[in-house]
Amino acid sequence: MNGNQETAAQTPGPGIAPVAIGVDGLECRYGDEVVLTGVSFSVQAGELFFVIGGSGCGKTTLLRHLIGLMKPTRGSVSYFGENFTDAGLVERRNLLKTFGVLYQSAALWSSMTLRENVALPLEQYTALDRRERDEIVSLKLAQVGLAGFEDYFPSELSGGMRKRAGLARALALDPRIVFFDEPSAGLDPVTSRKLDELVLQIRETLGTTMVIVSHELASIFALADRVIMLDHEARGIIAEGRPRELAAANDDPRVREFMTRGEEKV
Amino acid sequence: MPPNARAEAIPEGDGLVVTLGGDWRITQPLPSWRKVRGSQQPCAVRIRAVGLERWDSSLVRFVYEVQDWCRGANATCDASALPETVRLLVGQLDEAQKKRLVSDHSRNLLTTVGLIATELLHQIRDLASFVGECTLSAIGLIRRPGRFRWRDCIYEMQQCGAMAVPIVSLSSFLVGLTLAYTGAIILRQFGGDIWVADIVGLSTLREMGAVMTGVVLAGRTGAAFAAQLGNMKAGEEIDALETLGIAPVDFLVLPRLVALTLMTPLLTMYANCLGIFGGMVVSASVLSIPPNAYWIETQSILDLSDVSVSLIKSVVFGMLIAIAGCLRGLQAERSAAGVGRAATSAVVTSILLLIVADAVFAVLFNVLGI
Repeated sequence: MNGNQETAAQTPGPGIAPVAIGVDGLECRYGDEVVLTGVSFSVQAGELFFVIGGSGCGKTTLLRHLIGLMKPTRGSVSYFGENFTDAGLVERRNLLKTFGVLYQSAALWSSMTLRENVALPLEQYTALDRRERDEIVSLKLAQVGLAGFEDYFPSELSGGMRKRAGLARALALDPRIVFFDEPSAGLDPVTSRKLDELVLQIRETLGTTMVIVSHELASIFALADRVIMLDHEARGIIAEGRPRELAAANDDPRVREFMTRGEEKV
Repeated sequence: MPPNARAEAIPEGDGLVVTLGGDWRITQPLPSWRKVRGSQQPCAVRIRAVGLERWDSSLVRFVYEVQDWCRGANATCDASALPETVRLLVGQLDEAQKKRLVSDHSRNLLTTVGLIATELLHQIRDLASFVGECTLSAIGLIRRPGRFRWRDCIYEMQQCGAMAVPIVSLSSFLVGLTLAYTGAIILRQFGGDIWVADIVGLSTLREMGAVMTGVVLAGRTGAAFAAQLGNMKAGEEIDALETLGIAPVDFLVLPRLVALTLMTPLLTMYANCLGIFGGMVVSASVLSIPPNAYWIETQSILDLSDVSVSLIKSVVFGMLIAIAGCLRGLQAERSAAGVGRAATSAVVTSILLLIVADAVFAVLFNVLGI
């Protein structure tokens, strides 16, 4: 999160935003099957970056490689210039604090209240005492519009609320980057739009870099600064740019078909 | 490394000017308002930022703490010199602290006792209705055996029968061995070593074989049934069956129930043989009783009624374990913790039912003179 740095990110001129995420020649495999190969891109600090593509194109696989749940067979991922893929244990632990993840199912720990869910990363990584932690938890829940729900269990909340609580947990350590895996999955259009607004609001107040894996066109057009599109056949990126430009003027019919839901004759 | 978070307090008339600067990160060491203030009791606090670099929630929390202290001490707090986003977030935290929705999970003793009693009644009712459903389903099976899921049943037989052979072998052999050692201690004093065969044979067939097999299967298969069905419930697979008009009892419970009811007697008979064998090994090695003398003595004491007792018990134990496992699985809450609780509860329920049933059998067989 952060004020000054993000302000710098939005200011043109010599203070060009640093590269938050650098991906270089990434190759992802499941056993012998190559899912993605030669994937390279970079995300600027403060950017709202989307990874899009049809089902089965490797979006979630790419995300799992970015956040270190899977190790690439080739290539590397770096955060703010520090290599994450080959980092030693201590460096890796430090780099893990750089980002938070909102999982598709929110992945809240079901046996813990929202307070305990959000407080766990704080207990693990900070020296705050209980009262201080509780205040941070209240702030995080208030930021996602769940003020007062500290003592609720995830099972007592609706799907949209759970997603927001998952976001509060992802934001607990004020990471500089937040990854979202299909944030709109399982949400109605109104709840989904509210989540989009929340994403924008958090970017505005905290200047967090956001990487969103999605195939929701409405969210892509509403939020994305830049997108990369993956394709199953090509096993990599087939397009990169601003969403409206891709929809209007991309040479690749697969890209235009996706961006217009196949409604435009290609 | 960027400079750590700084907070300095300089007196200004009756008040205090708090200057915040440096790099505020929640994971790094942070200043505390108590130390910054020391013993001063200012009437007014003015907060300003000088050389403030990166900041996060830790700064917001610090400012909130200062404001909160000022409220308590009746001092004025001026944070207008701070960046707007900081003030906005402090405002959000302030609001959030005032707003507390009640979701009270605490209970007093009386409520707890009441809830446990109601829960117990519900459990008995659920168990009875589940047994009823299983009976109806079994009647349906007899009427239309073609609709029974034989493939699932055979798979479960393999899982709960054949796959359990190693652990049943080990446990029953060791129980036979232990019984022989224990019996030998007393019988040796009377020179009646050969009666070790009677003790081992009788107690294995009438009691230990079926009970040990039951306990092993409760831990192994009962828990597995509960975990499988609990997971299916969490994944809405059971709901999918119900909306298709397929009764989960027919589809999931009956194949498991039949499989375990058929396999438990087989495993028990096998366990009985190994128990007797365990006794024979001890007799031959420690008591110098030749194996064929041991075998003749065993044959003389056992008759068909002992075998029937073992078989009847094992069939009932198999049913009870399957019912407890499946019922707990279907009752599981839709969460990881719920599935875990279902598996634990299945084992506890199975063993409890098993012991109760064993006691009932003891009385019943005594009355009937079997």
